[in-house]
Amino acid sequence: MWSIYLNVAVQGVLTGLVYGLMALGLSVIFGVVRVVNFAHGEFAVVAMYAAYALFTAFRLDPLWALLPLAALFFLVGYGLQAALINPFVGRPEHEQFILLVGVGIIIVNVLLIAFGPDSRPVNLSYGFDSYEIGPLIVDKPRVFAAAAAIAVAAALFWFFRRTRTGAAIRACADNLVGAGVVGLNVKRLFALTFGLGLACVGAAGALLVTIADAAPSLGPAYTLLAFIIVIIGGLGSMAGALVGGVLIGVSEALAGFLFAPSMKSMFSFALLIAVLVLRPQGLLGQRT
Amino acid sequence: MTHQRKAAPTRRRVLAGAAAAGAVAFAPAIVRAQAKSLKIAVLLTRSGYLAPAGQSCHRGALIAPRVLADYGHQVDLVHVDVESNPDVARNQAERVINDGVDVVVGAFDSACTLAIAQVCEQRQAPLVVNIAAAPALTEQGYRFLVRNFPTGSQIAVNGLARIKAFIEATKANPKTAVFLHVNDTFGTAQRQAMDRLLPNAGMPFRVLESIAYDPRAQDLSVEVTKIRALKPDLVLVVTRAADAIKLVRDMVRQRFEPMGIISPGAPGLYDEEFYEALGPLADYHAYAVPWANPKSSMAQALEKAFKPAYPNYRFAVECFNVGFTFEALLVAADGFKRAGTTNGAELMKAIRATNIKEHIMIGGPITFDDKGQNNNVPSAMVQNRNRAPTVVLPAEDATMAPVFPMPPWQGRT
Repeated sequence: MWSIYLNVAVQGVLTGLVYGLMALGLSVIFGVVRVVNFAHGEFAVVAMYAAYALFTAFRLDPLWALLPLAALFFLVGYGLQAALINPFVGRPEHEQFILLVGVGIIIVNVLLIAFGPDSRPVNLSYGFDSYEIGPLIVDKPRVFAAAAAIAVAAALFWFFRRTRTGAAIRACADNLVGAGVVGLNVKRLFALTFGLGLACVGAAGALLVTIADAAPSLGPAYTLLAFIIVIIGGLGSMAGALVGGVLIGVSEALAGFLFAPSMKSMFSFALLIAVLVLRPQGLLGQRT
Repeated sequence: MTHQRKAAPTRRRVLAGAAAAGAVAFAPAIVRAQAKSLKIAVLLTRSGYLAPAGQSCHRGALIAPRVLADYGHQVDLVHVDVESNPDVARNQAERVINDGVDVVVGAFDSACTLAIAQVCEQRQAPLVVNIAAAPALTEQGYRFLVRNFPTGSQIAVNGLARIKAFIEATKANPKTAVFLHVNDTFGTAQRQAMDRLLPNAGMPFRVLESIAYDPRAQDLSVEVTKIRALKPDLVLVVTRAADAIKLVRDMVRQRFEPMGIISPGAPGLYDEEFYEALGPLADYHAYAVPWANPKSSMAQALEKAFKPAYPNYRFAVECFNVGFTFEALLVAADGFKRAGTTNGAELMKAIRATNIKEHIMIGGPITFDDKGQNNNVPSAMVQNRNRAPTVVLPAEDATMAPVFPMPPWQGRT
């Protein structure tokens, strides 16, 4: 029986890592720009459809499509921040909320018009394959997706820790006034950060489509999931997003197995409430 | 003076007189126009998580007026999306009745249909249910509702009888089963019916566990792991299209090979999406469901209209949703023809007295009992063969012999 528990836990970890990468984008954006992207899940679904379209048109594996999609979403994020979101930075939160919810609704409806309501699967040649390691059976797409999620997250960590631009963005996050005083171009750095956040979403969307079918209705669900993950991990904490993703993945998987699969989401919310009560700043977040 | 003032032709009196004369002159024409054509609102789950099935029903509704016209029925349809959401369904029902539709048809989903039924009952507008299985629809005493679709219990009873015949016909011997069902109104009703009926159904297998899953689940890997741990011979399922794909995909990935996947009466295993996503892995799954009668001339006429209208869809795959939606419109149009009026109460009385012998689906004449339920809708046993739904039971309607246990996942082409 323990092997079954191990299977469930491993599946949860692998799925959670991809969720974590998606939530990482949300955390990065909020940590620096202080704008909560309420269209986050919808952007992830756009990336899923883009990966699906690339696969259908050119047979490009989503694992490879990840790179051009991340680049494309970076540009989209940069442009969106510069043109649309920057004017809302510093304005009341409800205005930011309405703006991004509106963007999310537009995205879902454009996807419905363009692709219809049916879910779109990417039928990879290895889509039904799995690895058998002793008693452990793990599906290949999930292993590949999790490995790619770790690689992208590591690249992002490296960028923020080891580059001058990364250090400048962190400076904005730590002390916005100070960053302005020393001559940093805050608006440009904000746009860069939003671009990086959406690049994470683009990469995560390409990975998600290997383990779940693309459908417009997934957008709001992914937004909610990303929120739960970053609140558990700590809003603004990059490592927290990954930890939160894994925690959610494992808790949902184990709860589904031990109790009822239809109660999986309930345990995510239970975890969220527990964190909010016991450690409001999140597991790896900093008290403000 | 007073008398003269009363008789004087004031502007107000002239306008009132003109309006009255206009009403007298034009009213009969309006009445005649109403009597020629029936205005029907078709409320369906065309977006949201039930969108694929709702869109399939919608295709049936779109071609229906032309086919109905060939049978002497004139209908005007108003197509409305209820977004797979009962609150939206309720609001849309209110809106279309306010806008003056005579009959409402819908809505594929039991929860949405229940919401619409409440509105139709309050407003005395006839509701013809195309597809929705929750027993409550015909058990709550609604006077303005009829359902040309089996209840969850009837689907389960008919389905179990067919499954038993299917197993006997193949001489297979499954000892255990797991029942996996979607956790929505339809799935829960099916679960309740199975819990009640299975112990006395004389099946060769016993059900080890019933597992409910969320219809919005991203994947079913945990559910499949749970089933795999129980090691059943057979997996009984009540799914929707996208979930059935996830189920088979995760079974293949986890190398779990039951003797078969059988549905006692639910969509999912026969949707085009299912065949496209799974290819050869979609074959050999079986389902006991009401099905279109290929020998019916009306079904043939519907198929003839369907083909050019939807070259990218197969009638063989869509005939369940298309057929029942068409029949619901036929019931409304037929009732209107006999009633000769759009008055809600009189129209409903005529609809309740329906007796249509020639129609689309396999089964006896369309009639309704005191509760508004048509009890003449049996199930056929249909199995996916060469990526197409194929009737395998009853033997007199079968085009292929049933195959059970199904061949292994590996090696299918």
